[in-house]
Amino acid sequence: MQSLGVEVLFEGSNFERLLGGLGVTITIAFSSIIFSTLSGGIMGLLRTSAPAIIRLLLRVYLEMFRIIPILVWLWVVHFGLTPALQIEVSGEFTSIVVFSLWGAAEVGDLVRGALESLPRHQVETGKALGFSYMQLYRYILIPQAVRRVLPGMINLATRMIKTTSLVVLIGVIEVVKIGQQIIEIGVIKAPNASFWVYGFIFILYFIICYPLSRLAKKYELKWHSL
Amino acid sequence: MKKLVSRMSIIMASVVLMVSFTACGSNKDSGGGTKSSSGKFASIEELKQKGKIRIGVFADKPPFGYVDSSGKNQGFDVYIARRFAKDLLGDESKVEFVLVDAASRVAYLESNKVDIIMANFTVTDERKQKVDFANPYMKVSFGIVSPDKAPITSIDQLKADGKKLIVAKGTTAETYFTKNNPDIKLLKFDQYTEVFAALKDGRGAAIANDNTEVIAWAKSNPGFTVTIPEFGGQDTIAPAVAKGNTALKDWINTELETLGKEKFIHQAYKETLNKVYGEGFTDSLVIEGGKAQ
Repeated sequence: MQSLGVEVLFEGSNFERLLGGLGVTITIAFSSIIFSTLSGGIMGLLRTSAPAIIRLLLRVYLEMFRIIPILVWLWVVHFGLTPALQIEVSGEFTSIVVFSLWGAAEVGDLVRGALESLPRHQVETGKALGFSYMQLYRYILIPQAVRRVLPGMINLATRMIKTTSLVVLIGVIEVVKIGQQIIEIGVIKAPNASFWVYGFIFILYFIICYPLSRLAKKYELKWHSL
Repeated sequence: MKKLVSRMSIIMASVVLMVSFTACGSNKDSGGGTKSSSGKFASIEELKQKGKIRIGVFADKPPFGYVDSSGKNQGFDVYIARRFAKDLLGDESKVEFVLVDAASRVAYLESNKVDIIMANFTVTDERKQKVDFANPYMKVSFGIVSPDKAPITSIDQLKADGKKLIVAKGTTAETYFTKNNPDIKLLKFDQYTEVFAALKDGRGAAIANDNTEVIAWAKSNPGFTVTIPEFGGQDTIAPAVAKGNTALKDWINTELETLGKEKFIHQAYKETLNKVYGEGFTDSLVIEGGKAQ
């Protein structure tokens, strides 16, 4: 009987290697999500309140990350920028930097959108009550904006997790690449291995991304009823 | 007053951000993509001092470079690379394998992220302008593999029927067809995994690649045969170093000569390639001592 191919998952240390690769994926994705949430938040505030010139620069920054593919950013930073600066960094480091910069631009735009979507009278009421600029943001605008930002943020987070499969280009061995290595050495014994390996990777991605969307759903319902 | 302070702090924060962004921007310009920064690579002495040499190999291209089920690098290129490390640094475990893709091999050398590339790297004139090749340890020509049900027995057949030919990006096969047969439709992929999948599910009529590659793959995949085993002249495969790294290149050449005396490359073939190609192909694939016969 021809082998099913499912056993390649458990051959040697393949299973541990796939989980190790998943660890790399998670490290890159979640570090970047955290960095981009922090810097993106600030950027969003700046894009609604800073002087016009800064708003323009931030707009240009956002468009640069929207227009130029992440693949190109990874390549240019890893093989162009870091050698030119004469610094030696790992592919993982480059990936986290590029993904954080990308995330910051996107989160910044989400925050800006949320802040601008709040009714004008919220700001005016706050001012009339004598709120300072800081207080206005702290007690009125930010709490409301966070709710509106959340769905977009979760969407972005899952997108970032899945986009980590690009980092193989700069030599980072994450879960998809390990899957491909396993498929390649298994072609003789188990030609159907690719189905099982990719199936397993699908489940791994699902396990990371699904709780995020559940979480978003939960908070949306909770806040909606407020 | 309070208002002024908060506004000031926002402005300050934005200035800091701006400076960091523009700093990034200007560096990018001076980086100029993947320009080489010559004179930066380690000398042989420095390599010995560090006790480490970085060699770029494939991770998904058996039997030349792959990762086995326990996560260890294996293959023909890897076998020779380990010997290099042993003879240069006294211990074969002192090699650090960097796993590269076909299309990023030149960039790895140009950006000084590896010392040597030994990832089935075919010597071409275009690549010679960007990297320095040592003497070869192997020779190949192109081959075409196609399904038994619809064999492709000549290049003209691909032209006549407007069929799609599958190639991997960054390989010499891609360059060959783009230059010599521009009227053949090419289907290109980054990863070898995708190349083979595309032939299996019929997105393309045949795969063109180095003959070694297709012979090995056809042997382990029933239903597919190498219908054109040799065309497009002969190429050699050699270790490559960064442009201008003459010291390391000379060391490799001397090393290959020394290894030739003990027929080491034949031994590497026996250990890693025999099970895939069979013994009959040894002398038609191997170059001993760095010089083609």
